[in-house]
Amino acid sequence: MAYVPAITRATQDEVRRALSGRRRDIGETAFSLVLFLTLVVVLTVLVVLLFSVARTAIPVIRDRGSSIFSSGYSSLPQNAGIKQGLIGSIYLMVFVVVFAVPLGIGAAIYMEEYARNTRLARFINANIRNLAGVPAIVYGILGLAIFVVLLKPLTGPGSVEGKSLLAGGFTIALMVLPIVIITTQEALRAVPKSIREGGFGVGATRWEVIRSHVLPNAAPGILTGAVLSMARALGETAPLIMVGAVTGFLATSGGLFASLQQRFTALPTLIFAFVKKPEAEFQDLATVAILVLMVMIFVVNLAAILLRNRYERKW
Amino acid sequence: MRAIFFSAAFLSVVISVAIILSLAGGALDFLTKVKLSTLWSDGWFPRRDMFDVKTILAGTLIVAGIAMLIAAPLGLGAALYLSEYASPRSRRFLKPIIETLASVPSVVMGFFALSVISPDVVQRFFGSDVPIFNLTAAGIAVGLLVTPLVASVAEDAMHAVPHALREAAFGLGSRRRATSARVVFPAAVSGITASLILGVSRAIGETMIVAIVAGGTGGSLFNLNPLKGGQTMTAAITSLATGSDQVRGAGPAYPSLFFVGLLLFLITLSLNLISERFVRRVRRQY
Repeated sequence: MAYVPAITRATQDEVRRALSGRRRDIGETAFSLVLFLTLVVVLTVLVVLLFSVARTAIPVIRDRGSSIFSSGYSSLPQNAGIKQGLIGSIYLMVFVVVFAVPLGIGAAIYMEEYARNTRLARFINANIRNLAGVPAIVYGILGLAIFVVLLKPLTGPGSVEGKSLLAGGFTIALMVLPIVIITTQEALRAVPKSIREGGFGVGATRWEVIRSHVLPNAAPGILTGAVLSMARALGETAPLIMVGAVTGFLATSGGLFASLQQRFTALPTLIFAFVKKPEAEFQDLATVAILVLMVMIFVVNLAAILLRNRYERKW
Repeated sequence: MRAIFFSAAFLSVVISVAIILSLAGGALDFLTKVKLSTLWSDGWFPRRDMFDVKTILAGTLIVAGIAMLIAAPLGLGAALYLSEYASPRSRRFLKPIIETLASVPSVVMGFFALSVISPDVVQRFFGSDVPIFNLTAAGIAVGLLVTPLVASVAEDAMHAVPHALREAAFGLGSRRRATSARVVFPAAVSGITASLILGVSRAIGETMIVAIVAGGTGGSLFNLNPLKGGQTMTAAITSLATGSDQVRGAGPAYPSLFFVGLLLFLITLSLNLISERFVRRVRRQY
């Protein structure tokens, strides 16, 4: 077959312009402008959102100084801060990294590297896809039924009633698990077959091929997926409300392990609680928490984009 | 090693079973405790043993409908522009705009709905006698949140249309507008349908926006007016679980949360399955 050069957009445009005698086509321009307007609307929404948050938040931060980040919850808005929410959100990210990421990578390795095209494998795959579409609040109900009620002795005995950091962390980890699995599957699928065959050809076992050939090559994609799932975990609110994230006075005594069984809060649940309060000062505090949360999410997303650009490889 | 990885993969099945069991268990508990006539009454007031299903279904559908009125034109327009009009270079910085909107947490969008959309958009257009907590503001905010999802699924579908089809249309002398509307759009129609169904499913499951701005805290009468407050399924679940009507104990109010959850799960699951079928049809064609 003869080699056919790809027709680029530029040459298409040149041909079209030559054919139309370089005249502007008004209908065409109007149509593309209307389409472009949709992007303008989206951008405007983002700008207005950020501006309306920052306009209130920055004076509050300037006014209160760093005390807003170092003080906990208080019923007096001038004393209240977002410290416990920050700590809670960081804890939740740790749960995602420790539980959801390894489990998700393991599941994806099975689906892509070990499973044959059996009925069971197809069923598990379809099941993972459906789990990814389950609304977050349903995961909250799952967490409520399993971690809060059923496993109460483990997650939070006594007055905590199971509504502990452990329950919240596990619920969030379950929620992001399908995202980790699907992004890891895509990363593994992008590694060419020939890489694996090279490994098998020199007598490596399947696990050796995965460990030394497949995983290193898929690492950037897997990492990007893990980072994105952390961003998702940071912003999710509904499941935490279901498993009883609170805004009351939290115990700060005790060691790391003790605090796992204590009640907890996170930045998004704190925002929800502040927004629901009638006092305007709490609304202002909410904007501070929103600003901090958005900055954290942007930083995490930026890390994912940089990772992707830095290590992305075309085969 | 194989066994370890298999158990990780099988965990997803365990999670699904656990979801179904915990929802169905609580829902059964609810149905044995409740008088069936209360499922069809004047409103949704769990504390007063009024569990009118049509109230929360109507609220959910109104919010999802308004959301799609926003998300369908915005999402499909953005997808068409990115796939057919934007040059590769402008794509590189236009696409992150959509992705940034996707990363806005729903609780933040809820705050935005309450502080900007409701007073500055809804009340400005429909008069200040509209209450600040209303279904329209919730629907608009949910629509903005769903737009990136619709845009990205629809753009994938348009991107998958082979270039040869476009070139054939250009070769026959059609302009880009006609090519987009008469060639690319029909060829990608199943993927576009899938994006819209997925958007509806996401809009129905969205929780924090309606919990903040829909105005159904504590309960609501049956209401079909989008300019008033109302109760949705997801907002009903959260308000059952949090302070507004914390009703632990022997009554049917607490287990009603599982019943609504089961309803929500079944609706979103069937929508997701339908949209997956549409997506698969695109894949088979090209």
